[in-house]
Amino acid sequence: MPKVKIPPVLRAQTGGESVVTVEGGDVGTVLRGLADAHPGVSGQLFDDSGELNRYVNVYLNDEDVRLLDGLGTAVTDGDTVVILPAMAGGRL
Amino acid sequence: MTPETETKNRASGADLIAQAKAEIEEVQPTEAAAEIDSGDVALVDVREQHEFEERHIEGAIHVPRSYLESRIEQFVPDRSKRVILYCASGIRSALAAKTMGEDLGYADVSSMAGGITLWRDRGLPVVTPRSLTQEQKERYSRHILVPEIGLEGQLKLLDSKVLLLGTGGLGSPTALYLAAAGVGTIGLIDDDVVDASNLQRQVIHNTERIGMPKTESARQAIEALNPDVNVVEHRVRFGPENVIELLSEYDVIVDGADNFPTRYLLNDASVRLGKPVVSASILAFDGQISTFVPHEGPCYRCLYPTPPPPELAPSCGAAGVLGVLPGIMGLLQALEVFKLVTGAGEPLVGRLLLFEALRTEFTELKVKRDPDCPICGPNAPEIADEDLGKFPDYELFCAG
Repeated sequence: MPKVKIPPVLRAQTGGESVVTVEGGDVGTVLRGLADAHPGVSGQLFDDSGELNRYVNVYLNDEDVRLLDGLGTAVTDGDTVVILPAMAGGRL
Repeated sequence: MTPETETKNRASGADLIAQAKAEIEEVQPTEAAAEIDSGDVALVDVREQHEFEERHIEGAIHVPRSYLESRIEQFVPDRSKRVILYCASGIRSALAAKTMGEDLGYADVSSMAGGITLWRDRGLPVVTPRSLTQEQKERYSRHILVPEIGLEGQLKLLDSKVLLLGTGGLGSPTALYLAAAGVGTIGLIDDDVVDASNLQRQVIHNTERIGMPKTESARQAIEALNPDVNVVEHRVRFGPENVIELLSEYDVIVDGADNFPTRYLLNDASVRLGKPVVSASILAFDGQISTFVPHEGPCYRCLYPTPPPPELAPSCGAAGVLGVLPGIMGLLQALEVFKLVTGAGEPLVGRLLLFEALRTEFTELKVKRDPDCPICGPNAPEIADEDLGKFPDYELFCAG
């Protein structure tokens, strides 16, 4: 099953897990599978029309899925889907 | 042989020089200058290292006379090549010309009469290369020994001006290592004071300096570490009103800001000014870093076109962080600065590096330029100074 890397800001919704495995043949199915298993994630990933929020970047392995086929980008076993919202901390 | 005849058969130094000069060809400085201008001549400076470092003729190969036999072939392998030798006054070069002609078999060697002294008297130009003081040679010896850095790289570091946004978690280790490396000017922007809760990670500050402005505390630490560094304190809040002026003085900007408005503002201004930005951020056990070189690679807005809503940007408030994490990410920033300044290696341009401390795992993602980027894209509109860094809801972020 493909792996999904969970960013720190979403880990509260995945029980602290930074990597989860989710069934699915494309990026959209994987992310919706993730949202089904961890409902808190859904509103942060998708807007009201079901599209990815613009402030969330999603990568298939190391490529931005927006430059591939978006949520329709095919995913196979062994692939890693990376969810990446911007982080701002530094000076802290 | 009696002592008298032995003495008699020995030539004096003056005799040897006169004899050498009689046997070799000499050229006047003006003739040599014309030959050098026309090209295809190997100009060799046979003086000692310290003399060469002080000044020499541009384009000269440096082979001290004492190393002539062992080294000249490396530099002038073709024995039929036209060679002009010079020293300070024309004596050492005359002797060297004799050796090259008679012993080493070079066919077309001349010594420049009067050496570099007469050359300068004739009003001909010399270069006075910069070098390091004895203390600097010792301090930076482990850099100079690395071929990718060397003396040239160290001089670039000493000439460089680097601006750090923040002297906190990321800025502390970055500033210390850049200072140790001999970055000549380090600008520090911070309007905060040292707090006890900073010291778990902000290693440039210390217990004694709690309550002191962070820029002042950092300056004290840097000056104690390396007196070569000129520290410029900017005890201000970084904002649209001062961003252009602050950035203009520096070659590289290091972004360790703690909020999105600052990051977008910095991005927009740095693209305008063409200044590279090394950007890192941290949260809890996770860090990310990339280097944004305007128009060579993507900018911060190509990567993050819109900031996340405040609930997804918890770093605005008091978020926790493992103390060693900003150490790691800040040193990766220092590494990026080093590469940008010296030209060595490949900076993280078009690459975003994620670090997960608890797994000790790095993940590299590709970041491409966005052809529709409103800041660095080909169709980006002109932006007025007061609109740099703006979003419709700019003020909402980290308003508290």
